[in-house]
Amino acid sequence: MSQFVFLYREAGTPSPNELEARMAKCLVWFKDLEQKGHLAYYGHPLNRTDGRVVRDTKGTVTDGPYAETKDIVIGFSVVEAKDFDQAVKLAAACPLVEAGCLIEVRPVLQL
Amino acid sequence: METDGSFYRRERARLLAALTRVFGVGNLSLAEDVVQETLAKAFEVWSWQGVPEHHSALLMTSAKNRALDVFRRERTPRRFAPALQHLLESEWTLRPAVEELFLPPALQDDELRMMFSCCHPHLAEEAQVALVLNMLCGFGVEEIARIYLASNAAIEKRIGRGKMVLRESQRLFELTAEDFAPRLSAVHRALYLLFSEGYHGAGEEAVVRPELCREAMRLVRLLVDHAPAATSATHALAALMYLGAARLPGRTDEVGDLTVLVEQDRSLWDRRLIAEGLALLERSATGSEMSEYHLEAAIAGMHGSASCFEETRWGDIVGLYDMLLKVRPSPVVALNRAMAVAQAEGPAKGLEAIAAIAGVERLAAYPFYAAAVGELELGCGRREIARAHFQKALGLARNAAERRFLARRVEDCGFP
Repeated sequence: MSQFVFLYREAGTPSPNELEARMAKCLVWFKDLEQKGHLAYYGHPLNRTDGRVVRDTKGTVTDGPYAETKDIVIGFSVVEAKDFDQAVKLAAACPLVEAGCLIEVRPVLQL
Repeated sequence: METDGSFYRRERARLLAALTRVFGVGNLSLAEDVVQETLAKAFEVWSWQGVPEHHSALLMTSAKNRALDVFRRERTPRRFAPALQHLLESEWTLRPAVEELFLPPALQDDELRMMFSCCHPHLAEEAQVALVLNMLCGFGVEEIARIYLASNAAIEKRIGRGKMVLRESQRLFELTAEDFAPRLSAVHRALYLLFSEGYHGAGEEAVVRPELCREAMRLVRLLVDHAPAATSATHALAALMYLGAARLPGRTDEVGDLTVLVEQDRSLWDRRLIAEGLALLERSATGSEMSEYHLEAAIAGMHGSASCFEETRWGDIVGLYDMLLKVRPSPVVALNRAMAVAQAEGPAKGLEAIAAIAGVERLAAYPFYAAAVGELELGCGRREIARAHFQKALGLARNAAERRFLARRVEDCGFP
């Protein structure tokens, strides 16, 4: 088994109605991953309107999240899968994707 | 937790009532923004962690913290409720003042005061009901437009104007004010309309909308539990809702189509609601007041306590309709009376009663007028005439369920 970090990305902010609708689906999806032993770490949702980017050792910061990307990281989890293919399949079933989010799947670097 | 969106609606209304009091009704849109932010944040966090057990309390705490932030950020002397102003000026008094504003008894009052505020005399009844739906039941513009078969723009305008009147009133309605009594009857009317909308809804998708009935019952319950609002008419209104709601499961069959009262499976009626309704009806009889709600509740009580169709005391029901007609002269009430007459004295007498209805032409577009005539003609054995009336009713039907119901009645008359 390998570990993959899922970075959930989204452009724009959904309405509370939409967030409520996707919440129920997310919970089902997370539960399913967990029961099948694929969830190494639930992770967290991230504040999508606030963030800082540290640019140098003097502590120069710019407001983030990365202003140059449209799709802000809105959360992350750590998933276990036997290979990249399986990880991608798991991500594709995520209700957030159905809702228009992107998932960046990044393998944890291992020796 | 409900998953049909009613959770969000309910919480939205509760938070909005609280924050509107805290910020002052003049800052209604600020309150709305804070509610949206609070809910959006909660739904995101809970998407990962699951919905905690005490979610309502957590939401209220989160709203309170946001309110504190707002006060700290914008501590300018102009904006907030005047009674609070001096408390908000120092951090010492700010937190306890805000804490107190969020104590549970205050929260229930908020919803009541919001309800009374929405029934402002400057607003037409339909605007009052639209505001209640939006502010107290948490329905969005689109949902309300669907309920009224109106365009989003029309409803947005209606609600927008309502909110403007609310903001201009500067503060939420005082429950002890001297204009309490007339405002209470406007509240009764709005809740009655809300319930009827759910019970006889002319919506395109469904003929009954139990969620509207539930909301009306929740709000009437607030009145019943709040002494000055718990008048005899309030109890009667609550009774008629409980007795009506008890029969909701029988009003449609398993595919959501209408059933006639004769065919209704009375075992589906909710015995607990009937018992509660009858108890409320009894409590409503304490004074000398005899409102239209008393009469309607009494009629519903007659139906609710009859164990089968044949056992219904139709003669008494006719008498109650006679009284109701005096309080609320309306051709629809007269039509219902005529149907009761038909049960008590036979279909021919029913037809006579229909012919005698004053202003019957106002029923021309109402499908159940033609259907009622059809029903009675069929009862007299005149199948062909009955068929023609059902056919006419079918042409006027407002939704698929009504159409299916009436098409079935046309068929029941046999083919000419």
